[in-house]
Amino acid sequence: MPDQAQLLPGTLDLLILKAVSLGPLHGYGVLLRISQITGQALLVEQGALYPALFRLVRQGLLKASWGVSENNRRAKFYELTAAGRKRFREETESWNRLATAMTAALASRAEEV
Amino acid sequence: MKFLAYVRSLLMKFFHSSQLVQEMDEELRSHIEHRADDLVRSGLSRADAERRARIELGSREHYKEESVRILGGNWLVVMQQDVRIAWRMLRRSPGFTLVAIITLALAIGANAVVFSILNALVLRPVNVPDGARIYQIEQAQDHIPSQSYADYADLRDRNKSFDGLALHGIDKAGLDVNGTPVPAWIYEASSNYFDALSLQPFLGRFFHASDEHGPNSVPYLVLSYSYWQNHFHGDPEAVGRVVRVNNSTCTILGVAPKGFRGTEVFFSPDFWMPIVNTESAETLKGRGTRGFWIVGRLKTGVTPAQATDDLNGIAAQLTKMYPGDDDGLKFGLARPGLLGNMLGGPVHAFVMGLMLLAALILLAACANLGSLFSARAADRWREVSLRLALGSSRGRILRQLLTEALMVSLGGAAAGAAGSILLLRELGVWQPIPDIPINVPLAADGSTYTMALLLALFSGLLFGLIPVRQVMKANPYQGIKSAVGVTAGMRRFTLRDLLLAVQIALCAVLVTSSLVAVRGMVRSLRSSFGFDPHNTLQADTDLGMSGYKGDQVPVMQRKLLDALRNIPGVTAAGFANRIPLNIGWSESDVYRDSTTDYRASNKATEAVEYAVSPGYFEAAATTVLAGRSFTWADTKKVPFVAVVNAEFARRVFGTAQTPLGRWFKMWGGKRVQVVGIVEDGKYKTLSEDPQPAIFLSIQQSPSDDTWFLVRGEHGTQQLAQNLQRTLNGLNTGLPFVISTWDRELGTALFAARAASLALGVLGSLGAMLAVTGIFGLGAYTVSKRMRELGIRVALGAQKKQVLRAALGRVIRLLAIGSAAGLALGLAATRLLSYIVYQATPRDPLVLVGVVLAMALLGLVATWIPARRALMADPMILLRDD
Repeated sequence: MPDQAQLLPGTLDLLILKAVSLGPLHGYGVLLRISQITGQALLVEQGALYPALFRLVRQGLLKASWGVSENNRRAKFYELTAAGRKRFREETESWNRLATAMTAALASRAEEV
Repeated sequence: MKFLAYVRSLLMKFFHSSQLVQEMDEELRSHIEHRADDLVRSGLSRADAERRARIELGSREHYKEESVRILGGNWLVVMQQDVRIAWRMLRRSPGFTLVAIITLALAIGANAVVFSILNALVLRPVNVPDGARIYQIEQAQDHIPSQSYADYADLRDRNKSFDGLALHGIDKAGLDVNGTPVPAWIYEASSNYFDALSLQPFLGRFFHASDEHGPNSVPYLVLSYSYWQNHFHGDPEAVGRVVRVNNSTCTILGVAPKGFRGTEVFFSPDFWMPIVNTESAETLKGRGTRGFWIVGRLKTGVTPAQATDDLNGIAAQLTKMYPGDDDGLKFGLARPGLLGNMLGGPVHAFVMGLMLLAALILLAACANLGSLFSARAADRWREVSLRLALGSSRGRILRQLLTEALMVSLGGAAAGAAGSILLLRELGVWQPIPDIPINVPLAADGSTYTMALLLALFSGLLFGLIPVRQVMKANPYQGIKSAVGVTAGMRRFTLRDLLLAVQIALCAVLVTSSLVAVRGMVRSLRSSFGFDPHNTLQADTDLGMSGYKGDQVPVMQRKLLDALRNIPGVTAAGFANRIPLNIGWSESDVYRDSTTDYRASNKATEAVEYAVSPGYFEAAATTVLAGRSFTWADTKKVPFVAVVNAEFARRVFGTAQTPLGRWFKMWGGKRVQVVGIVEDGKYKTLSEDPQPAIFLSIQQSPSDDTWFLVRGEHGTQQLAQNLQRTLNGLNTGLPFVISTWDRELGTALFAARAASLALGVLGSLGAMLAVTGIFGLGAYTVSKRMRELGIRVALGAQKKQVLRAALGRVIRLLAIGSAAGLALGLAATRLLSYIVYQATPRDPLVLVGVVLAMALLGLVATWIPARRALMADPMILLRDD
């Protein structure tokens, strides 16, 4: 297994929203999707996912419904709500601003100051 | 509305959370299956794959709990968890739980019972509409409720402060429904009685002031609800029936409301009758005939002080108009229910005293449980440390401990309330005096339950909070490292020690007061009554009930007495208009022979007065000290004669001279000659000081009331049957109540017996609590110090030294607590002297008794810990725990 980075606090929700924005997923599917889109670079604790999903449903960003998975098993599928889509856009923008700022800050050299 | 919505959503969450958890379970299971599918694809067997998937997922419980917490501060769910954990913890130590619950059940039960008594006797106003505005009018000088009808009539007509004043008195009457008169206890009442109390009949109608037109003009009676139920089987046809009361015709007008039994708490009358029909015109006119009670409803806006001024304005007029009878008349107001302040004062004091003791017992129980809980918290030091180390918050742990405490206290309260309901039901129907409808209407009601609940919450919080400091100080690192826990507190005196000392002191107070009460009881039973109740029967009747009048009465009485004397085995027999130490008495003002102005301030003394027949003193076994007793020659034709007791002779004539043959005056100038002196006795109550008493010849002052005393030579059982047969054989149509005099004395002993019983029960409760408290601390100390004791034994300590090391502190606490409690108890017994004869704390037997009792308690409580301490074994040092 390649070196995996710890998730920054608060980033799990954004990753979940991103994963689900690509199409409805069940819980295990969310894990697989995150691992796929991050190139297995980020470690998501399997169990930590469910309280997060639960929280996002409570906040009205996701909606859940029971269905049948590709393995022909019963599973709970999550998809974005309108509020979830809006929040995802906002969070993405704010993350991009933060990341740009952080990257710029970390790349600065002594003579540029 | 917002609040309601909040409550609804809370409840929804609570009830839906189980469904939620189920759904979450299913989702996690689905996750494991999907993961296992993947693992199987990578080559694992199905079983291995599922196992691996489960391990990867980790603690499912934790995620569920996490999710439930996200539901948003759902304290109901958290509380449910706390309760579940507390339940588990308590079940794990059943002995501890049981002791705690029993302790609290006893303490809270005692409080609930005493509180219900307080509620029934003191707090609850009279059971009539707006009862709080009902007051009783008493004689202000000596707080006696008795008034005369003539004074009442003036007060009723002239006062401006009351919406109606009612007069009533207790009387006995013969009620003849179907040919045989049966004795009944009644209220004779002024005709405005029910209107003044604003009552509506349950059935039929009441009598009113407008029905009254002079003496014997209102031949009506109103049944009490319970008498109607028990004697007329609740038959509505009873209303309107014509019956005979004391041999004159009377119509049943109606039935009083359910639950109304007059304004006196203790007395439950069979029916009410207008006083103009039960008492003679002379009695009603006599201003000095003070045998009735007045109650009235204060007008709105009038204060009790204004009303008292108003009444005393009338009193001043009456004093001026009738200086003989109304000299120095002064009125005051009292709460009705317990004969105003006469019974009310001591009863209030005693019940308040009981309440205080009960509260102290509860405090002691809390102190006890507090120390048990903090000992437990110390034992759970490791558990608490571990939980703190694993990230639990201190607040959560405290809440857990408090939940445990509250669960114990609620359990105790439930058991205590259940016990008190049973006890109150028994007490509520208990009639301490046979044949007289006297009892206290007690029942557990809403206030009892509220009280129990409040006490449970209060005591749970109280002893639950005691270990808090310990938890706050807990340092997880220390706790996990050392197995022994805190030992630092063992050297100094701690809060726990203080609690125990206080508790022992409380126990000593209770033991002292109950011993004082019991000693007083014994002393009053041994003291001279001035008569001997053993082997004596008494039969009482009222000749007026069967219509005997005037000269027929003495003839009939003589005939009955002669018949009784001829019964085989009877050694002496006599009769009197009333007997000592029974319900009620009559007192007269006595003047010296030289007095000519018969106002109350000139009297020489006030004496209890009896009218007795020849042979009475022999039958009562009262010793005649000098002179003679009565003979059949002491009739109305010869000068008025009296036999007085020694106290009377001392007060009226002085001790130096013998009063035989001398004269005194009573009843406003009637001259009476002393012909004999008898020993002093008890007349009104057992705890009274020596009272002057006059015995008159019943031939010179006749009475319908007749109490026969019949003394037999062997036992009373056979005699009672013979007596009954003889009385039946005479066919007099008289109702008789026969019982032994011993049994009848229960009346006089009732107050002292009740007091001793109550104190005894509370005393043993207190003793039990002290024993468990001492035992708890002793056992705990010893178990904590087994290692140290082992070292001492290894170093050559003797048994005595080991014991001193192990239990010295407990014994010291016992000594300090007992001494303090003894001192307090002696101070408290002053209160007891109201009820218990010569309740004195300066009694060597009491002092020795308390010290012995406390020593015994200490011995019992430390026995097991001491044995355990003596088993301390140096080998323990080699073992590691």
